[in-house]
Amino acid sequence: MDYGTYRGVYTLILLVLFLIIVYWAYSKNRKSDFDDIAQSILEDDVNDNPRKKESSNDND
Amino acid sequence: MTTTNIAHPEYNYKVVRQFALTTVLWGIIGMSVGVLIAAQLIWPALNFDTPWLTFSRLRPLHTNAVIFAFGTSALFATSYYVVQRTCKVRLISDKIAAFTFWGWQAIILSAVISLPLGYTTSKEYAELEWPIDIAIAVVWIAYAYVFLGTLAIRKTSHIYVANWFYAGFIVTVAVLHIVNSQSIAVNEMKSYSIYSGAVDAMIQWWYGHNAVGFLLTAGFLGMMYYFVPKQAERPVYSYRLSVVHFWALVSLYIWAGPHHLHYTALPDWTQSVGMVMSVILFIPSWGGMINGIMTLSGAWHKLKTDPVLRFLIVSLSFYGMSTFEGPMMAIKSVNALSHYTDWTIGHVHSGALGWVAMISIGALYHLIPRLYGKTQMFDLKLVNHHFWLHTIGVVLYIVAMWISGVMQGLMWRAVNADGTLTYSFVQSLEASKPFYFVRFVGGVFIVAGMLVMAYNVYKTVRGAKPQQEEYPEAA
Repeated sequence: MDYGTYRGVYTLILLVLFLIIVYWAYSKNRKSDFDDIAQSILEDDVNDNPRKKESSNDND
Repeated sequence: MTTTNIAHPEYNYKVVRQFALTTVLWGIIGMSVGVLIAAQLIWPALNFDTPWLTFSRLRPLHTNAVIFAFGTSALFATSYYVVQRTCKVRLISDKIAAFTFWGWQAIILSAVISLPLGYTTSKEYAELEWPIDIAIAVVWIAYAYVFLGTLAIRKTSHIYVANWFYAGFIVTVAVLHIVNSQSIAVNEMKSYSIYSGAVDAMIQWWYGHNAVGFLLTAGFLGMMYYFVPKQAERPVYSYRLSVVHFWALVSLYIWAGPHHLHYTALPDWTQSVGMVMSVILFIPSWGGMINGIMTLSGAWHKLKTDPVLRFLIVSLSFYGMSTFEGPMMAIKSVNALSHYTDWTIGHVHSGALGWVAMISIGALYHLIPRLYGKTQMFDLKLVNHHFWLHTIGVVLYIVAMWISGVMQGLMWRAVNADGTLTYSFVQSLEASKPFYFVRFVGGVFIVAGMLVMAYNVYKTVRGAKPQQEEYPEAA
């Protein structure tokens, strides 16, 4: 494979990888997970009150 | 001295506080040096015939101070804060985190001393000489260890998107710095790049533009993805867009460097690649900007009452503006007019003062009271004053540079019927002089705003002292 062909194939692989990321990010079954993650940074605000921290959702 | 009434016994806020306060200090110093050199361009006598105070030596001091002292301290402070809070775990090592703080301050001090003395590699944004470069690499690797190590021991299953941007920025800057700083030392404070000719230029601007793309963009986007939702009290507009934003941005930015070298000895195809990649970059940039601004959708009224949020959102407007302007200026025919003129200076400052400084200031106004056990700054009215001082200053600055830059470009390319130049260089300089004064006034507004901030921060922090003692000392 000459260098020009190699670069063409390489570019194609990167493009496909990127499209897979887009497909994955926008797939329906990611929706609820992503919503939870986006919400998670707001929920830790209970920690901001001097009242005991703890028990914010450790989802592991 | 420890009590049970502690907000975050498990987090290391000491290093965050240190970096947050030094951000304000270095902001004032870096921007004041900028005002001084802006004044020197109107009144050259202001260098007092002292070599240390000449424009040529203070200009790199200004850029290093605002980018690496002010901007990067803000990134250290916010990244350490965000990674702990979103991973719900303390920094992996207090000692190494403290090392990054003192190490970074030592590097800044060595820049403050060596640049006015005239030690320089002459590489833009990489002027510091080789012993300091080695120190930067060591501190930066320690930073990467603390940040990535903390991600590794996180208590959450996911890695929140802000951390992706911070991690991308930290890793890429390490690579850029180490590759671009390769040089052969001839004595303890002088070295020459191991690259030569057009390759040296290409490596330098691969570094230079990605310092913009990763340090001044990706890092601050990490800030945006945490502090905008927090201050607006709403989740980010679209988390899935943020994922695509990240991968698109990091995979495209790395190719944009050649647009700094249009019409030079760089091969023509490389210039064209740089141009095309820079134009495409518009899409992820605006995707991110829209994602940030739309976070406020349905809560626009908050902008009326919350000056901190105003800083954050207006910073995104400036980000959108300069990421539209940048791709346009990267087009070769536009670049033929804009390059080497004040338009470039205006573009950089709409990014640096509009985007980078405003999002940092907004983030600090959110962060500082929380680090000292308070809910908001000492005086929100002063935050509002700062907002207007800063905004007016930035607008004066960039409008003056647009006019001056386009005028310069047109004067330099104007030719008479017989092919001779219509204007001499000095004539274009004379034409720019009034706009240099407007820029100086803009700079004074911005520094005045920073001084208002310093007072406000002082009052916030000082009032918090008694409660401060309740915190167990970290590190």
